[in-house]
Amino acid sequence: MRRTPLAVATAASLLLTGCADDAATAPSAGDGKITVAASDTACQVAKAEAAAGTVTFTVANKGAKVTEFYVYATGDRVMGEVENIAPGLSRELIVELTAGRYETACKPGMIGKGIRNGFTVTGSSAPLTEDAKLAQATADYQRYVKSQTGALIEKTTEFVDAVKKGEADKAKALFPVARTYWERIEPVAEIFGDLDPAIDGREDGLEPGQEFTGYHRIEKDLWQTGDISKSGPIADKLLVDVQKIVDLANSTPLSPLQLANGAKELLDEVATGKITGEEDRYSHTDLWDFAANVEGSKAAIAALRPTLEEKDPALVTTLDEKFAAVVASLEKHRAGDGWKLHNTLSEADLKQLSDDINALAEPISKVAGLVAGK
Amino acid sequence: MIGLAGAGVAGLAATGGALALSRAEQPRPEPVAGFGDAVEFYGVRQAGIVTPAQDRLHFVAFDVITGKKAELLAMLEAWTAAAARMTAGLDAGTIGAVGGIPEAPPDDTGEAIGLPPSGLTLTIGFGPGLFRDATGRDRFGIASKKPEALADLPHFPGDTIDPKISGGDICVQACAHDPQVAVHAVRNLARIGMGVVSVRWSQLGFGRTSSTSTGQVTARNLFGFKDGTANLKAEETQLLDEHLWVRDGDGPAWMTGGSYLVSRKVRMLVETWDRTPLGEQETIIGRTKGSGAPLTGKDEFDEPDFTVKKDDAPVIALDSHVRLAHHSQNQGARMLRRGYNYVDGSDGLGRLDAGLFFISYQRDPHRQFVPVQKALARTDALNEYIRHVSSGVFACPPGLLAADDHWGRVLLS
Repeated sequence: MRRTPLAVATAASLLLTGCADDAATAPSAGDGKITVAASDTACQVAKAEAAAGTVTFTVANKGAKVTEFYVYATGDRVMGEVENIAPGLSRELIVELTAGRYETACKPGMIGKGIRNGFTVTGSSAPLTEDAKLAQATADYQRYVKSQTGALIEKTTEFVDAVKKGEADKAKALFPVARTYWERIEPVAEIFGDLDPAIDGREDGLEPGQEFTGYHRIEKDLWQTGDISKSGPIADKLLVDVQKIVDLANSTPLSPLQLANGAKELLDEVATGKITGEEDRYSHTDLWDFAANVEGSKAAIAALRPTLEEKDPALVTTLDEKFAAVVASLEKHRAGDGWKLHNTLSEADLKQLSDDINALAEPISKVAGLVAGK
Repeated sequence: MIGLAGAGVAGLAATGGALALSRAEQPRPEPVAGFGDAVEFYGVRQAGIVTPAQDRLHFVAFDVITGKKAELLAMLEAWTAAAARMTAGLDAGTIGAVGGIPEAPPDDTGEAIGLPPSGLTLTIGFGPGLFRDATGRDRFGIASKKPEALADLPHFPGDTIDPKISGGDICVQACAHDPQVAVHAVRNLARIGMGVVSVRWSQLGFGRTSSTSTGQVTARNLFGFKDGTANLKAEETQLLDEHLWVRDGDGPAWMTGGSYLVSRKVRMLVETWDRTPLGEQETIIGRTKGSGAPLTGKDEFDEPDFTVKKDDAPVIALDSHVRLAHHSQNQGARMLRRGYNYVDGSDGLGRLDAGLFFISYQRDPHRQFVPVQKALARTDALNEYIRHVSSGVFACPPGLLAADDHWGRVLLS
């Protein structure tokens, strides 16, 4: 069974899209919704500006690849996003925007910087106080968590379905994709103690008598033993556990300090688990996790950006540079819509990635102190 | 601080005494005074060269991973400030290991809290790769300032050099009487340098094998022999000017008053050595094992006489280490040696991974280290028991005179 809330939302958007195409030219008729025609090669946003306040985008995926749609403020601060829009479907994005310049992006294949367009919001909005900026940061990030967890449930459900149907190739293809949404928000998941090991634990981390469950257990079944005929119950439990953690993540308020530490912890994850290939030791899909950790770290820092720009603009510049350097190094190892396998990278490749992560993680470790020392 | 320093001296003296009773006739002289004291960071020469050799070493070589000169200069400035602080026994940063807010990571790593300066010296050197990288690129526009003396060392017969633990764009030699103090210094510099430099390799040394002052007793290497009896000493200022310090006109001006460092990690096959009869060991070295006297003399500091024969054969064999390495056999070439013993665990074949981390300072490696090593590599009887596994050459500029100067400023700006 597919989970109802999202399915209903999707259906609703589809119906709305039908009449939204004309509405774009007559904003009053369609509640001011802005249509976005997304394909594998184009991202046509019907309007390039809007008045400050609530802005609604209706994104129709007319391409063959799954796409995503983002609204970014400066420094790729995610103001709003919809993940995982399958071909033929439409989704709505409702976002609160103050006056300023933004960018929209469609990401066919869910990779890279995407197809960008400028977007201007006019009107007046009062500058935020420091506390308000931090409150805004946590609200922004919470929204990011919500969108990631939505996609996490969808992709994990597809993964679990494939495992239970014995479709090994399909399951193998979905494994790193489902994990992407997990890895982007992993520090949030780690707040909830015993669920994280059940979902993401590795075999050597188990205590005597503890059962090996979660993504990596199925990874082992898929890649090492090659037998998923008995993996059904593990797969069911994975989905139950993921749903539990998603519910907790979306109902637990985060503090700005948790964002700052989360950004650092995600890079620690890269440094300790992904560079070494420990995380996905059977599938060697560590670079998917690597990229997702970096994206998640970037999202947390982007949410804190207004605060950081005020307190230490030079640090913001450094972080922008170092994030770009990590992304550039990682891009060398792209393979199609995904990544090369960890065990095909040379020692020199890994050292380069390690150096780039260290260069980013040291300045990022300063963010928590800045946020706390307001 | 004083209490700790005193305890350190007492502890060492006690250990020395115990060793002396069981292993040698003559008592060990008192160690050089003030094991806990600070060594001045600023001066005409960099500290850590003629400074009486401390007991412990942490040597590190870095690759420079940025292409931006400004970033490199800023890091060297930050390093200099941290080095001045740490050699004085202070935390690496101004906030300190425990002085900051709980939410922020400390700017010092903390393992030296409560330890005295322990004679810490930090000596910097610049490798050939800083001037032209592996692809021949002049990253920082300083290729024209590269001294000829900094040319790569040649391959010597029998070398089994591992490139992964060799070379480097920048080296830092950290020496101290307390290993924790030396490691703390290297670790904090590596942390400060992240994004600009990356640790290429590093080496711990636990016992000095050379004396660089006439006030120091000659120490022993892991073959059990005194090492560096004929070393240059801090007090021999005329010899130092001739053999150690780079003179005006030798090369680019930025190196005048500095010295060149050669590092060689020499694995010792101690297990086979230990099965060698005493007489054969002494013949291979050319000195007695007990006093360190040349086989032609009675006391350690007697000059070896390479002409003396017994039964038509030279008493100090033609292929003995002391003959091949001695300055009288090498057109007067001398060096200041500053090596350390090392044991890097074991090698998986039931043997200690042990040896000598050789360091020498000289005015020109290609006139001093290279000819001596060529002679040794060809015929040294010791070669059966050693393997050279790592190699490095670095240009160590003169010292900094005051806190408004920093490492690399003259070379890079």
